[in-house]
Amino acid sequence: MYQYTAFDRQFVAQRAAQYRDQLERNLAGTLSDDDFRPLRLQNGWYVQRYAPMLRVAVPYGELSSRQLRALARIARDYDQPSAVVYETAQSTQGKLGTTHLPTGYGHFTTRQNVQFNWIPLTRSADVMDLLASVDMHGIQTSGNCIRNITSDERAGIAVDEIVDPRPFCEILRQWSTLHPEFAFLPRKFKIAVSGAREDRAATAWHDVGLYVLRTANGEIGFKVVAGGGMGRTPIIASALREFLPWNQVLNYLEAVVRVYNRWGRRDNAYKARIKILIKAEGQRFVSEVEAEYKDIIGIDGAPHTITQHELDRVAASFVPPALQEPAPLTAIDGALPADPKEALDYSRWLQQNVAPHKNPALRAVTLSFKRLGQAPGDANASQLETAAELADRFSAGEARVTHDQNLLLPWVHAAQLPALWRAARQAGLARANIRLLTDMIACPGGDFCALANARSIPIAAAISERYQDMDELHDLGEIDLHISGCINSCGHHHSGHIGILGVDKDGREWYQVSLGGADGSTLSGAAQAGKVVGPSFGAAEVPDVIEALLDTYRRERQSGETFIATFRRVGMDKFKQAANSVRQTAEAEPA
Amino acid sequence: MKLITATAHAAQSEHPQAIALANDADPRALPLKGVARIDLHFPKFTDGRAFSQAFLLRRRLRFTGEIRAVGDVLIDQLVQMKRSGFDSAVLRTDQNPDFAQRQFDRYPAFYQGDAEQPQPHFAAGAGA
Repeated sequence: MYQYTAFDRQFVAQRAAQYRDQLERNLAGTLSDDDFRPLRLQNGWYVQRYAPMLRVAVPYGELSSRQLRALARIARDYDQPSAVVYETAQSTQGKLGTTHLPTGYGHFTTRQNVQFNWIPLTRSADVMDLLASVDMHGIQTSGNCIRNITSDERAGIAVDEIVDPRPFCEILRQWSTLHPEFAFLPRKFKIAVSGAREDRAATAWHDVGLYVLRTANGEIGFKVVAGGGMGRTPIIASALREFLPWNQVLNYLEAVVRVYNRWGRRDNAYKARIKILIKAEGQRFVSEVEAEYKDIIGIDGAPHTITQHELDRVAASFVPPALQEPAPLTAIDGALPADPKEALDYSRWLQQNVAPHKNPALRAVTLSFKRLGQAPGDANASQLETAAELADRFSAGEARVTHDQNLLLPWVHAAQLPALWRAARQAGLARANIRLLTDMIACPGGDFCALANARSIPIAAAISERYQDMDELHDLGEIDLHISGCINSCGHHHSGHIGILGVDKDGREWYQVSLGGADGSTLSGAAQAGKVVGPSFGAAEVPDVIEALLDTYRRERQSGETFIATFRRVGMDKFKQAANSVRQTAEAEPA
Repeated sequence: MKLITATAHAAQSEHPQAIALANDADPRALPLKGVARIDLHFPKFTDGRAFSQAFLLRRRLRFTGEIRAVGDVLIDQLVQMKRSGFDSAVLRTDQNPDFAQRQFDRYPAFYQGDAEQPQPHFAAGAGA
C-alpha cells in the first residue's frame, strides 16, 4: 500500500482543518447553504433524503486494517441519527413498505469507496479529523471535479498483469488532488486504470480509462480512452491514444481536462459529461487535445513529466509485503473439512471466492458482503472490525474494496485457506457466491438517496431470498446482476448481464429490465450497454421476471455455457417473451 | 493577492488598458499588446472556465499584467484563483475579507504545479 509521507499527512490534516473552518462559518450563518454545498461535496458530504451522507475516498480500493478499524469506529460512534431524524425516515419509508433502516454501518461502493448514511452534519468535521488520523479523507469524492481513481481489485497480484497500475494510480491521485484549475468542471470526472489482460475495472465505462501496456521492446505506456459513462446516455469510451509514454500521462490528462473544462456544456447537467462533448465534437475534440498537449510540452515545458525518481519513490510503497511463514496451524484450522456438506461448501468457496496470485504460494480471497438480511455491500461496525482482524491475521494487514462491493484479501497463504474459510464463515462472510447471481451490485436506492426514483434494496433482497439454494446458484453459474434506483446508474444497471433500473411513475415504483450489458471483463465481453426488454415491471413482479429469464437460460443453454453467452447466441426475443409472460400489470394502465 | 472592493473596482472601470473577457472566449485569440489588466468573469463560482483562461494567460501567453477575478467571487476560491494566475479579485459584496487571509496561510505547498509554481511537488521537493 502507499505509505503517506509527512507532506501527505500534513496535507490531509490541513484539508480537515479547512473543512472545519467552512462548516463553522456555515453553522454560524456567514457561509450560506448554497455557497457551502459545493465545498462540502468536494469533501464527500451530500445531504440525502433524511440525513447527510459521507463518501470516504479509498484510493483504488486499498485499505489497511488500521483504516478499517477507523471506519468501524465511524460506523459505531458517528453513523447514528438523532431520534427525530430516524423516526421521520422510518415512518416515511415504512409507508413504502421498508420495514427496517439499518444504522451504524458502512457501505462499499462500485467506485471502491465507503459511504455512511446517518452522520449528523454538526459532527462531520470531527469525522474528517478522525479520518485524517489514519491517512484518509473525502477529498473529491463528490462534486464536479476529478474523482477517486479506481483500479483492478487484483492490481499488483493478478496472474495476468502486464504492469502494476497502483503507482500510476497514486501519482494520478496526487496530481488531481486540489488541482486549482479543475475543481469546478462542467460535471464529475472519473478515471480508471487497468494494468492486466482482463479488464476488471470497467475501464471503458469511465470519463478517462487508462490501460497500462508494455511494448515488445519493453516500453511502458498507456492506451488512453475517453468519453465513457453511464447515466441517461450510456456510452463506451473511445480511443484517444493507442500508446502514450508512461511519463507523459499527467501532461496529457492536463490537456484532456483543460479542453473539457473550456468546451464542456454547462447549460444542462445531463449533457455536461465529457462523453457528450466527445460525441458532439468527435475529431475536433481529439485535435484540440493534441494541440493543447503539444503546447504543454513545447511552450509550458512539460512540467508534469513524471520522473523515474518519482515513479521509483511511489512504486517502493507497492512492493509485496515480506512473506512470513504462516503461524503454525492448529490441527482443526489447517485441516480440510471432513463433513461432506462442509467439504462441498469449502470446495465451492475455493472455486468462487479464491483467485490465483502472482506469487504461487499466495491467493486472493474475496469476503462476500452479499448475504441475506443486509443490503449488498453493507458492513456494520463489528463486521468492519472482523474484516480488519482477518486482514491482520491472513493478509499482511491489507484489504481492498472491490468494484462489486465486497472486500478482497490480497496476500493470503494457500496453506491458510482452511483457517481463513472457517474464520470468515463464522463472521458470515464466506458465502461462496462471488460472481454468481446473488453477488449482485445495488445502489442504496430510494431508502437513502435523494436522487433515487425507486428503492433498490428490497428488490435485491427479494431476488436474494429466492436464490438461496447453493446448488441452484452454482448451477446458474456466473452472472452479473446490477440494480440502480435511478438513471444516475450508481448500481451500474447498464453493464449488467441483467440490469434493473428503478423508475418513478405517478409516484409509484417501477423497474425497467435490460439484458446483455457488459463491463468489459472476460466473462462479459467488450463493454456495452444492455437493451431494455420492454415496459417497466411492478416491484412484486421483478423476482418472477428474473426467474423467467433464468429459466429461459437453463432451457436454452448448451453445455458449459454462461447466461451471457446463451443470451448472445439465442438473442433477445426468447428472453423478452419469458419476461413478458409473467407480467400481471401494465404500466400504462392505472392500477 | 489583492482584494478589491466593488466600489473601487467600479471606479476603475474606465481604465483604458483594461479589458473584460467572457468566460467562453479563447484568451489566445486576444491581442495582449498594451493591455495592463484583464478581468475574467465567474457568472457562478461553480463555473470554472475562468481558471483555465487565467492559466493560459499567465503560463502559456506569459501575460505579466493584472488578471482580476470578477463576478461570483467567494473567499473559498481565492487560493485556487491565485494558483491559476489571478492576482486580484473583487469579492462578492457579502464576503468577509477578514476570513480570507487564513485560507492563504493553510497549505504550505500543493501536489501539482500551477501558474505560480509550475513545477509539481515531486519535482521541487523530490517527493519528500
